[in-house]
Amino acid sequence: MEQLSSPHADVRTPDPAAGPPAGATLPMAANRSAPTDHVPLPHASKKVPEGVWMRCDGCSATLFRKEVERNRNVCPQCDHHFTRAARDRIADLLDPDTFEEWYADLRPADPLSFNDRRPYPDRVAAEQQRTGLNEAALVGQGFIKGIRLVFGITDSGFIMGSMGSVVGEKLTRAIEEATRLRLPLVIVSGSGGGARMHEGIFSLMQMAKTSAALARYHAAGGFFISVLTHPTMGGVAASFASLGDVILAEPRALIGFAGPKVIQQTVRVKLPEGFQRSEFLLEHGFIDRIVHRKDLRSTLAQLLNYVTP
Amino acid sequence: MPPATNPNTNTKPANQYRLPFEAPIFEMEARLLELEARQAQAKGADGAAGLTDQIKTVRRELVGLKRAIFANLSPWETVQVSRHQLRPQSRDYLELIFDQFLELHGDRAVGDDPAIVTGFAHLGEQKVMFVGHQKGRDLAERTACNFGCAHPEGYRKALRAMKLAARHRLPIICLIDTPGAYPGIQAEERGQAAIIAENLMAMSQLQTPIVCVVIGEGGSGGALGIGIGDRVGMLEHSYYSVISPEGCATILWKTADRKDRAAEALKMTAKDLLRFGIIDEIIEEPPGGAHRDPRGAAVALKGFLSRSLRKIAEIPADQLLEHRYQKFRRIGAFFEDPPAECVPPDSPGTEARADSDPVTPPANGAPSPS
Repeated sequence: MEQLSSPHADVRTPDPAAGPPAGATLPMAANRSAPTDHVPLPHASKKVPEGVWMRCDGCSATLFRKEVERNRNVCPQCDHHFTRAARDRIADLLDPDTFEEWYADLRPADPLSFNDRRPYPDRVAAEQQRTGLNEAALVGQGFIKGIRLVFGITDSGFIMGSMGSVVGEKLTRAIEEATRLRLPLVIVSGSGGGARMHEGIFSLMQMAKTSAALARYHAAGGFFISVLTHPTMGGVAASFASLGDVILAEPRALIGFAGPKVIQQTVRVKLPEGFQRSEFLLEHGFIDRIVHRKDLRSTLAQLLNYVTP
Repeated sequence: MPPATNPNTNTKPANQYRLPFEAPIFEMEARLLELEARQAQAKGADGAAGLTDQIKTVRRELVGLKRAIFANLSPWETVQVSRHQLRPQSRDYLELIFDQFLELHGDRAVGDDPAIVTGFAHLGEQKVMFVGHQKGRDLAERTACNFGCAHPEGYRKALRAMKLAARHRLPIICLIDTPGAYPGIQAEERGQAAIIAENLMAMSQLQTPIVCVVIGEGGSGGALGIGIGDRVGMLEHSYYSVISPEGCATILWKTADRKDRAAEALKMTAKDLLRFGIIDEIIEEPPGGAHRDPRGAAVALKGFLSRSLRKIAEIPADQLLEHRYQKFRRIGAFFEDPPAECVPPDSPGTEARADSDPVTPPANGAPSPS
């Protein structure tokens, strides 16, 4: 794992708003404080909290934050996978400095003039400030162990990684480019929000758009690996994320259609232990493999090797 | 328990199904009934002629009143109409406008989900494959159908029927009427997300005309799961949304009580969707809504279906899938500045890697030849 000795060496977009506290030296998703008006996903593991020390959501151990960060946001004691920012994941997965971002200038519009407690454009601007990202998805091309591919990723920290027009458009263009260039495709999903409410029906239709692009990609002989991370829910799970030729998931990731809270309210029985977690999906036949974050890059390389001449 | 009123019989909506804004209509209907009763009593007597005139006037006013009220429904009122207990459903339309319906059951994997009805049918002379959500007309059927919330086996059954239709070039009619795909333990165990995704992907490639109509509730992924078509219409008082107004209100304001505000914010009515270019046509309902006149609604729906099949027939068969692809491909609202003619010069990685072909991403919205 040559490039992974220092997972943060390649962070290219510093997070201007994160304001890392004393002791936290590197900007990353885990250090972003959650906005107060954000609705937390039920059962979602907390972001790595501020400070030098932190408590693990998995084993409750008190951990030295830097050690967790060095470990790609995985608990060194119990392997609990904390969320990880898109750019950090790019550094984890792709060959160093090979990611060429496409369509970076796509920005969300406000077709519904959506205003809940604040106008949607303000919310977007705040998220952009906070995360250093233009939108929840990054797409482009890169290399994994020398194999060229089209790569897309959603950051679960940007409006819960939800899919609006920009995420749908970026992914669709990336899929179309992968089709045209006859390249393999990897999309790493992390979305607690599913289809983004703030763009209403436009978000719903991105499910159709991305899935149709994948249908063409499949027909043209493509190879799509979908990587599911915590959490992958709703409209993202019910479209491109579930359409991989091979589907991988990180351990214990929450993956499903309806949120556990909604299901709980509907069926009014206690949800089984481990419900909608990666292990549950593996047991029921909906994913191929559960892969520890440290092994993801090598697993992707192995898989890509089978379909790359 | 609701009475087993069959909407097909054109009975007036029973009292317990009155929506608040319908009150003036019920009042005028009561007045009309009273006048008609008096007319029946006064048959042949002196005042009968005057009563007849009065009845005519009230009847005319009643139509005007229904039109006026239903032309100005708020989004939340539209949602209420779309969920009306007596609003015609897939099986009603099957009886009213389709002939020789031959139902097909089962997904060949898990079971048969009554929340989605599939089968061969005739629409006039045209043989078609029918696919539609069914909510249930009485309590027993509603319970069996989970109120129109389909399980994965329902979507799998739909896809099986649609693939069969495509092989035999039968046009597919999809009637959408669901609060959403069922949120339950077994639904998740059997891959609700995966099967909806599968349907979206497969429907985009079915080599046969597909017409989709939202006849009541167009609830999110559960609606879209049978919603990929060459022509998409909505009945006038239906809605189509990424999330239910209650769900949206709960997320935004922590209480489902603000559902009226959420319904407004989500822009989920047929008028909104037509304006956004998401749907092709609004199918006008009879005065007072489809629940007052299921036959009238059926006639309007049949008109749309026939018209749509004729329109799709104009598309050359080899362009049908490209046409369907572009129909959904172009949907999206975003800014792009500067337009993506080139990769931005400061884009990370552009200089660092010279060992592969330079890639120019396509211009905004341009389809990839693939």
